Amino acid sequence: MSRAAPARKPDGHFFSLRRFGAVLYKEFIQMRRDHITFGMMIGLPLIQLFLFGFAINADPRNLPTLVEIGDNGPLTRAVISGMQQSGYFDFRGQVAGTAAGEEALRRGVANFVVVIPQNFERDVVRGRSPQVLIAADASDPSAVGGAAAALSGIVNVAIRETLIGPLAQPSAAPPFSVVVHREYNPEGKTSTNIVPGLLAIILSMTMVMITAVAIVKESERGTMEMLIATPVRPLEVMLGKILPYVFVGYVQTGVFLVAASVVFHVPFDGSWLAFFWGFNLFIVVNLALGFLISTAARNQMQAMQLSFFTILPSILLSGFMFPFGGMPGWAQFIGQGVPATHFLRVIRAVMLKGGDVPDVAFECGALVLILIVISGIALLRYRQTLD
Amino acid sequence: MSEAPVIDVRGLTKRFGPRTVVDHFDIQVPKGAIYGFLGPNGSGKTTTIRMLCGLLTPDAGEGTCLGFDVRRDAAHIKEQVGYMTQKFSYYEDLSIRENLDFVARMYRLDRRKERVQQALDDLGLADRAKQLAGSLSGGWKQRLALAACLLHDPQLLLLDEPTAGVDPKARRDFWDEIRRLSARGVTVLVSTHYMDEAVQCDFITYIAYGRKLIDGPSTEIPVMVGLETWRVEGPDLAALEMRLKSEPGVEQVARFGAVLHVSGTDKPLLNAAVERLRAQGTHRWTLQVAGLEEAFIYLMAGARDNFAADPKVPT
Repeated sequence: MSRAAPARKPDGHFFSLRRFGAVLYKEFIQMRRDHITFGMMIGLPLIQLFLFGFAINADPRNLPTLVEIGDNGPLTRAVISGMQQSGYFDFRGQVAGTAAGEEALRRGVANFVVVIPQNFERDVVRGRSPQVLIAADASDPSAVGGAAAALSGIVNVAIRETLIGPLAQPSAAPPFSVVVHREYNPEGKTSTNIVPGLLAIILSMTMVMITAVAIVKESERGTMEMLIATPVRPLEVMLGKILPYVFVGYVQTGVFLVAASVVFHVPFDGSWLAFFWGFNLFIVVNLALGFLISTAARNQMQAMQLSFFTILPSILLSGFMFPFGGMPGWAQFIGQGVPATHFLRVIRAVMLKGGDVPDVAFECGALVLILIVISGIALLRYRQTLD
Repeated sequence: MSEAPVIDVRGLTKRFGPRTVVDHFDIQVPKGAIYGFLGPNGSGKTTTIRMLCGLLTPDAGEGTCLGFDVRRDAAHIKEQVGYMTQKFSYYEDLSIRENLDFVARMYRLDRRKERVQQALDDLGLADRAKQLAGSLSGGWKQRLALAACLLHDPQLLLLDEPTAGVDPKARRDFWDEIRRLSARGVTVLVSTHYMDEAVQCDFITYIAYGRKLIDGPSTEIPVMVGLETWRVEGPDLAALEMRLKSEPGVEQVARFGAVLHVSGTDKPLLNAAVERLRAQGTHRWTLQVAGLEEAFIYLMAGARDNFAADPKVPT
């Protein structure tokens, strides 16, 4: 029996459109079959575009502000309503005294505390030129900058509208002055703000990704089947796989602290114990997140991509790059669910603001809550068998 | 058999979504037996083995493995079973010694160093103990895998296509080892595609589409299948083969070198067809006892690749 040789179409020897087309077609089929990667290519970029596009505001407004009122007259009200109307300040309430104001700043409850001195109006009328003090949390200089710049205009308007008639002073010295006190970062150095935050970002990136990849690697290479055929318990596998990376996190943190102090001269004013609590919790939350990702990803590449997706919110929505208070309410709500948001506050409170354990207790509590939710979902998804 | 069977399960069933992969599977494996597990790709062999050692939870069915309940006592079963996966499942980035040591720790073995060293000596790998497992050839990987799943002296070995991709010499050595283990009382359940391996088994079960087609001592399988076989020698076998396939009663023509084996289950019809051709006097015909090989070719012809939709089962 003789079989006819298959006829080959006369096509280019150097570049065959058919072969090229076949490769192209095959690639699209494979792309479509890989649902997770396909979703990540189309869905996630869209989500991120809308999320970050609307959430990020480099000129933050409506920053939480508290006021300590020593005098309550028309001029005081005019100054405060002028500040409110500028859009930069959002008055959330009053504080009783200097100590309470400082605590609010240290815990990050408010970005500004406005102090109207006692007998403010009387001193203005008498021409004593009293000072209105605005204590600003300058650990994030960009949050303070725009608002501080807008202050002189606000004050001038308040003066013009309130001090009328005999009180209107022609052009001599202004009737009172506004002093902005930049707390925690008096020089407004960016590095002082960025460097502590970088620890949060570095830890998120490495911890989540390494854990996710390390676990997915077992199932991708088939070694998971051997492993669970032995009497080993899932908890032993998980702890055994995760702990080495906790150690990596410790090393990273150690290197970071030395560099922050020696190279960037970032102070460490607060309590080591508060720092210790915060960063351990943060490491564990990230490992749990990596574990959760590993239950969704089918191969190491997907694990990498999914991990990377968690990094962007940590950078953009946490208050690391842009002031948290400047984001719209819904974005702040989402940001509250990002572990880095809380760790960032802990580390800034401790390093820059001299915070102690009680000052970071709330943020640590938030981290614990996130940890419970993440590990709950992860354990539900984790299968002890191959089913 | 006086002793209780090592594996005794009934009605084992596993579904993945709408697909029933294993369908009411029964098996009894006596102690010390080598039990061959045959069937085409996708017939449910791997799934069954995974259910027996607790890696998969059966959707239905019950029974015991080494006296432990397969549904509830997976942890106890794992302690005494050696499971060799189809794909090499040890760490390619660990050395041979490190892999064995890791497995020994998983089973919390005493005299660990000694046992690992013993396994290395048995393997003939003592001088290459530091070599990474990933750099081993297929045959050596298989020996490492066998050594690793024997470290804890299991009572039962579950081997899932252990010799796929292994050269003939290594395969022979492997089977010598399996028979030595069986002689020592270790029970072996082994799945395979190879006919020459199937004939080494004491018992054989054949499954297709997740259901058992036949099950029994390997010597009785051909009788159970009920084939009549003629052996044909002579010139131009290719033409004869074409001719035979169109004859009524001839259900199977298999070529073994310079010989054809012509088989069928309907003896009168087959013999009538053979008589017509035999009358030509061109070939030498001998009636012979059907062997395991004919039986398997016959079974396999009836059930091709089980990944395709099962024509007999409405979904």
